[in-house]
Amino acid sequence: MSDVIKEIEKEQLRKDELPEFAPGDTIKVLYLVREGTKERIQVFEGVCIARKHGGVDETFTVRKISSGIGVERIFPLNAPTVSGVEVIRRGRVRRAKLYYLRGRRGKAARIPEKRTAR
Amino acid sequence: MPGLIGKKIGMTRIFDDEGVQIPVTIIEAGPCAVVQVKSEESEGYSAIQLGFGAQKAKRASKAEVGHAAKAGLEAAPRLMREFAPDNGEEYEVGQQLTVEVFEAGDRVKVTGRSKGRGFQGVVKRHGFKGRPASHGHSMSRTPGSMGPGTDPSRVIKGKKLPGRMGGTRTTIRNLQVVRVDGERNLIFVKGGVPGARNGYVLISK
Repeated sequence: MSDVIKEIEKEQLRKDELPEFAPGDTIKVLYLVREGTKERIQVFEGVCIARKHGGVDETFTVRKISSGIGVERIFPLNAPTVSGVEVIRRGRVRRAKLYYLRGRRGKAARIPEKRTAR
Repeated sequence: MPGLIGKKIGMTRIFDDEGVQIPVTIIEAGPCAVVQVKSEESEGYSAIQLGFGAQKAKRASKAEVGHAAKAGLEAAPRLMREFAPDNGEEYEVGQQLTVEVFEAGDRVKVTGRSKGRGFQGVVKRHGFKGRPASHGHSMSRTPGSMGPGTDPSRVIKGKKLPGRMGGTRTTIRNLQVVRVDGERNLIFVKGGVPGARNGYVLISK
């Protein structure tokens, strides 16, 4: 990739640090929604099931069960509309993409909490 | 409004203020020197000739060096192209045009040499549909009938057939300028632009 593009992509990266989070973590995404002229923050809470691409193109997928129906949203990590991410729970998982959760519900879709060394 | 000669750097995405992602092509354009101003009186038509880049002195012909020297340039430009702005007479030989001639929000045309695709069939080259994938067809991407039979007993001229595709001069119109970076001589144009990376393109309004 040309150096010029690398430079420009670097400028596009978000300046405010998001907390570290990985697939398996339960997270709360705060994102700006523009309704007419008003801006407000909407919250999307669920399990991060994938992080994809890298650099400016990086996205993450969040899955939740909303009134019995699985809902997934993909957020561009570097979009200014993603105003914040809160990590609620760290999950212990053995793969990078948790697409197997799509075929599971209830008890089978649980993710054990990550234990950190004392 | 004049144009500029530039080099395609590549594509990326940028976010606008509302967080919308815009696919952009980055073009390094200018600074282009006005090498010659052509007028109705002397050449019979009105145009300005712009130069872009610089050739090594040992590679440039004496004619090129001399022509460039008239515009006060030390080295012969790598590429020279003519543009025909409405106000052609207002430009002076030796004047430098930069990306600042464009501004964000402008609509521009970008001309370049499209990527060569080699010998291609009619489906890729002309957008023919080919045969259906199912319902008893064997898979096929043939052109089908060549036209009427006995009556002309020849194939009409201009019939779309397989052949060399790409590598032609291509213009994309109505592209939006998203951003202009005067410091680095860059123009960000929304969407794709003909040609490979590092290919030369002409930008005009």
